[in-house]
Amino acid sequence: MSLFELVRVSFDALRVNLLRSVLTMLGIVIGVAAVIAMVTVGAGAQAEVDRQIEALGSNVLMIRSGSRWFGGARTAAGSSQSLTAEDTRALKAEIPEIAAAASANRGSGQVVVGNMNWSTTIYGIDADYMIARNWEIAQGREFEPAEFRNGAKVALLGNTVVEELFGAGNVVGQAIRIKNVPFTVVGALKAKGQSFGPWDQDDTVMVPFKTAEGRLLGKSTHRTGSVRDIYVSVGDADAMDLVELDITEVLRQRHRIGPGEQDTFSIRNMTEMVEARVEARQIFNMLLAAVASVSLVVGGIGIMNIMLVSVTERTREIGLRMAVGAKERDIMLQFLVEAVTLCLLGGLIGIVVALTITVGVAEIAGWPVLVQWPIVIIAIAFSAAIGIFFGFYPARKAAAKDPIEALRSE
Amino acid sequence: MAFLRCRDVHKDYLVGTETVRALDGVTVAIDRGEFVSVMGPSGSGKSTFMNLVGCLDRPNSGSIELDGERVSDLTSDSLASVRNRKIGFVFQQFNLLGRTSALDNVALPLLYAGVDRGERTTRADEALARVGLADRAQHVPAQLSGGQQQRVAIARALVNSPDMLLADEPTGALDTATGQEIMRLFQALNEAGLTVIVVTHEAEVADCARRILRFRDGLITSDTLDEVRDVAV
Ligand SMILES: Nc1ncnc2c1ncn2[C@@H]1O[C@H](COP(=O)(O)OP(=O)(O)OP(=O)(O)O)[C@@H](O)[C@H]1O
Ligand SMILES: [Mg+2]
Repeated sequence: MSLFELVRVSFDALRVNLLRSVLTMLGIVIGVAAVIAMVTVGAGAQAEVDRQIEALGSNVLMIRSGSRWFGGARTAAGSSQSLTAEDTRALKAEIPEIAAAASANRGSGQVVVGNMNWSTTIYGIDADYMIARNWEIAQGREFEPAEFRNGAKVALLGNTVVEELFGAGNVVGQAIRIKNVPFTVVGALKAKGQSFGPWDQDDTVMVPFKTAEGRLLGKSTHRTGSVRDIYVSVGDADAMDLVELDITEVLRQRHRIGPGEQDTFSIRNMTEMVEARVEARQIFNMLLAAVASVSLVVGGIGIMNIMLVSVTERTREIGLRMAVGAKERDIMLQFLVEAVTLCLLGGLIGIVVALTITVGVAEIAGWPVLVQWPIVIIAIAFSAAIGIFFGFYPARKAAAKDPIEALRSE
Repeated sequence: MAFLRCRDVHKDYLVGTETVRALDGVTVAIDRGEFVSVMGPSGSGKSTFMNLVGCLDRPNSGSIELDGERVSDLTSDSLASVRNRKIGFVFQQFNLLGRTSALDNVALPLLYAGVDRGERTTRADEALARVGLADRAQHVPAQLSGGQQQRVAIARALVNSPDMLLADEPTGALDTATGQEIMRLFQALNEAGLTVIVVTHEAEVADCARRILRFRDGLITSDTLDEVRDVAV
């Protein structure tokens, strides 16, 4: 009997008990859907995180005054202990592993073009900032050394700001007002995309450090030359820990912090922060995938159970088939194909369900949909394997029946 | 040479620790084209004899030859092949597959003979026509009367052109009139050259046959040819 005939016979048998077949399949459907959804959603999340790390800049350390980071009192901010542009220069000069060290101040303000206005984050940056934070130019140019020196009224626009104020098109040379001060746009930044939760990195306007200090962010809390954040990018990823120690030492010295006194600044490895979150998510995903595989096994046992019931119910049919010439192999294959058909159908439905879920989740979370085709193929192969594994015993039981006894059974 | 030859066939069944002797040395030869009926009290070994002759089982000792081939010690797969090619079975309980059309029921043996789909349909149609049910091909068993169901079963037995038709109480589940119809069908098939062996309890059914084997306690106690009918023919 050809495989095609066998599949036809098994489809007929499954159709006779349609509801039962569907319910039996459900275990496999859920198992396959869960495994694929977990893996695919996990891959999407991972890709998103990779992109975030990329966007943060590779091997970046961030130094901020104050001993605490999120929440808590940053006691040193604005005090005489705060970081300065001098600190930035000193770090670069004294620690050879540092590729770029950038000072940045930050504040918020309105940008106006014609009758349009947009509230955004304004950065005062120095020459190293673009390198340290991995920014690239989409249109126009970076700031020139003279502009940094003189505190020129020039600005670089982040992608979101470009879109909000200009739509698309060329922005170079456009006149804008930032906090009511007229500026000329010299360039636009390449989009980095959403990063680190709801914070949109592209919603930004950059101006030279000195310009910001004088006109835009020059509040009473900021002494001249004081720096909110220092970004340090390190050439060699392996040197990160060492550089962190060196920075601590240099800054303690410069700020005259005595032995036993607490640091007045803190250093964060941004890549590590993201990676820690990734790891937690990966472990969670793996746990879910493990639970899902258990449900696959449970589904397989369900298939075996129903196949055993089916073999018992159809004993007479088996006897009749044997009487008219079915060999043991024919009977065995018939039930095996039936089990595999159940599992494969379940697997295919599971894949469809999984892809639906994945697209939905990706849509909501704003992740890319990364269908892991190898996993889809593995899932199909795996459901077939489950069919064979759990269908084998019932099928062998069917084939081993004695035709006379089978015919006599009720 | 006889088509079917049994020599000193023994068959025992083990029930718990006890051995039940179902056949106790049966020797018989049946020629091609014969119409034999098998009679005897309940438990005398008729069905056991039919199962052995039909290659559904193997004897404990003795030999069975079918068409010159010794079938008493073939493997179960070889027996399946012999059943498929040479023997047609008709059962008391019809044993049709429910929810399967008469046509597909009839075609079933051809599925295991490796005949392709188109030819299966043609031959099943022919077999159904032979039993007078050409117009019922798409009916499922539940839509057929008992007599029609048994005729579908006979068509199934005929579809692979067997040498021998074995029927164990084929009229047992039918009323007398329908039973007679079935027996007339057997007679017609026999006249067309088919070897037929029928187990029955009813004398008038047995009368259709020319030769009667009587069983008692696992032995053939009488083997009579119906001379009168012979003369009449
Ligand atoms: N599978 C079996 N297991 C045990 N004993 C069996 C089995 N099949 C038949 N027997 C025994 O073998 C003997 C012959 O049985 P068989 O079925 O051949 O009788 P029979 O002539 O067909 O009877 P009936 O007219 O009632 O159908 C009986 O004693 C029966 O109990
Ligand atoms: Mg019997």
